[in-house]
Amino acid sequence: MIQTLFGSLDQPEKRSVFDRMRDAVARTRESLSDKIEGVVALTREVDEAAFEELEGVLLASDLGMSTTGAVLGALRERSRRQAICNGAELKTLLRAELLAILQARDSLPKRVIKPPEVIFLVGVNGTGKTTTSGKLAAWYRKQGRTVLLCAADTFRAAAIEQLAVWAQRAGVEMIKTRQGGDPSAVLFDAVQAANARRTDLLLVDTAGRLHTKTGLMAELDKMRRTAQRIIWDAPHEVLLVLDATTGQNGLQQARLFTESAGVTGIVLTKLDGTAKGGIVVAIAQELKLPVRFVGVGEKMDDLLAFESEAFVDSLLGTA
Amino acid sequence: MFENLQDKLQRAFKNLRGQGTVTEANIHDALREIRLALLEADVNLLVVKELIEHIRAKALGQEVMTSLSPTEQVIKIVRDELVALLGKDTARFQFASRPPTVILMAGLQGSGKTTTSGKLAAWLQKGGHRPMLVSVDVYRPAARQQLKIVAQSIKANLYEGDERGEPAGPALVERLAKEARREAVNSGCDTLIVDTAGRLGIDTELMDEMAMLKALLGPQEILFVADAMTGQDAVRSAEAFHKRLALTGTVLSKMDGDARGGAALSIRHVTGQPVKFIGTGEKPDAFEPFHPDRIVSRLLGMGDMMTLIERAESTLDRKQSEAFAKKALSGDGFSLEDFRDQLRQIRKLGSLQSIMKMLPSVGPFQGIQQMADQVDEKQFVRVEAIINSMTKKERNNHEILSGSRRKRIADGSGTTVQEVNQLLKQYAQMRRMFKDMGKGGGAMQRRAMSMLGGMKGMGR
Repeated sequence: MIQTLFGSLDQPEKRSVFDRMRDAVARTRESLSDKIEGVVALTREVDEAAFEELEGVLLASDLGMSTTGAVLGALRERSRRQAICNGAELKTLLRAELLAILQARDSLPKRVIKPPEVIFLVGVNGTGKTTTSGKLAAWYRKQGRTVLLCAADTFRAAAIEQLAVWAQRAGVEMIKTRQGGDPSAVLFDAVQAANARRTDLLLVDTAGRLHTKTGLMAELDKMRRTAQRIIWDAPHEVLLVLDATTGQNGLQQARLFTESAGVTGIVLTKLDGTAKGGIVVAIAQELKLPVRFVGVGEKMDDLLAFESEAFVDSLLGTA
Repeated sequence: MFENLQDKLQRAFKNLRGQGTVTEANIHDALREIRLALLEADVNLLVVKELIEHIRAKALGQEVMTSLSPTEQVIKIVRDELVALLGKDTARFQFASRPPTVILMAGLQGSGKTTTSGKLAAWLQKGGHRPMLVSVDVYRPAARQQLKIVAQSIKANLYEGDERGEPAGPALVERLAKEARREAVNSGCDTLIVDTAGRLGIDTELMDEMAMLKALLGPQEILFVADAMTGQDAVRSAEAFHKRLALTGTVLSKMDGDARGGAALSIRHVTGQPVKFIGTGEKPDAFEPFHPDRIVSRLLGMGDMMTLIERAESTLDRKQSEAFAKKALSGDGFSLEDFRDQLRQIRKLGSLQSIMKMLPSVGPFQGIQQMADQVDEKQFVRVEAIINSMTKKERNNHEILSGSRRKRIADGSGTTVQEVNQLLKQYAQMRRMFKDMGKGGGAMQRRAMSMLGGMKGMGR
């Protein structure tokens, strides 16, 4: 590759979101669909062994016992009713079943009456909140909206510096305080600034916290109230940033963060690894929380809007 | 939310009584419950399969012992099997014959390598070592700055190095690592902890860099830092790292949450290397050697008394507790002021939920784990607010609390007179209970009751 001052001379190939999403979950697809193909090929007729094998496949992608049970239960019922007799039809049914779960959503993002729209990013430690904040800032900028970042993670060492680098990369401004400062105070300043500047969007990067720490969870509630003192219906969106490698604990995270912070959607990060992120299906099943974005790398444009069809198709290899 | 394995097995075995041996038929349900419990705990599917076969083989045809119920018997087999898989040799460190001993930290993004590096340095310092920290994570923004702040907070040596505007890449990583080792030797540090960038096991370029670091530094330990919340993928990532680097052990981070930590079993299974430490919080000293038997209890949802006791011993002020017990058991009884001190002590142990979850669900604590989810943590805060709203005189002599005083206290604490009354009633009951106990009962029981009494009163 020839490097110049302005980057590579090679034209980066333009690929659709759909393609990239598919690439991102390709590894997931390989393993999962291989196994499903195996099941499908082996079973000309659909018998109990085929279901048991499918159960193993779904469990291995972190869907969890109860969601797997529910999916298989529905699948059994429908395959009996529709007299499904081969594996390919079973796969179509499974696809429809997973799609139905992922698309059932209770909460639509609030209509923002007047800017700024306030978005909180919350989650446990190390899921990628700061990185996602930076990428999201760039994503919205690309859509022509003005963005302000708020560095409300005042706890973790160098979190503010990390977000500052992202702010610079994305070309947006950032409101910050010193490390150890009060997150609600910096949030207040940021909301006021966004309000005064008529910024379209305020992205708030919060400190990582385990959902079991009640004191820290209460802090999120306080931050909500702080934002509401200036903008009554803020935050308009609360995104739970979830690591795709997360196992069954993800469900508990989603529950407790929804309780204290009113989560409205999920960002599934690190989907470029071998992890499957199947836990989002379990979360959608129980809490009806939609996935809004997926993170697929460390670069600024490695953030994609979530497409449930692409996700499931890639998962099952039916694309 | 989680029902513990013991209860489930009890149900699966309810028909087993009176039979001489455990047979294929009646163990089927039990094995299914065990399988579910392990899967819910995020143990990898393949590992679960293998474990279940072992357990089946051991359980089959075993005499039903009279001393143990079938449930207890099967649980014992499960426990033994899991402990055997996890191994006994934990937290043993290889030190180099010629210092510095090099410890290479590896792991996925966000698993907690930087925080763990700092904790490990603090742990080594406590053991009389002189560790030096260096970060070769030149990729993530502010990663090196993060380690610098961590090092400062624990007063550990750090090789900061200068990137000199060099582009992020293996060359820069190599230079920083070399310089750090030289610096460690020159400043008489006996260990060098190398914090690396988070990477995916399938990222060939970055794994090559890791292999280069290994060849360059000849580390005695390569620790894999893994998030306790990891699901089924733990096997794949651990395998990828192990294949390339030959890991020497694992650190399981974020164990202070409510994840069951089944990843520990999966990682141990694929790497064959022990889990050496667990991270239990964000503070530098929230770091403990790993104990297989304890995590097994946690995996199975059976409480973790040992950790609770240890935590109590390290955080509670023993003198104060004993003074309280003495006072409580004597004729005078304890005051509301003492009561508040005790409350604060218990709260230091962590959330009431987490404490209750560590209790085994047998004997006197039966049902307490299930209650844990309904506990209102705020109750603690409210009780303390009520006592805070009293004057010192009132705290030391509850008898002067007249109606108007109670009204003032309720207003001051943002509660109601009813709540104040209820607290006073509970306080009076506990006071009486302790006084009665003071007339009889052993010292141990007294200590145990002093904690429990406080908790039961609060966790209505």
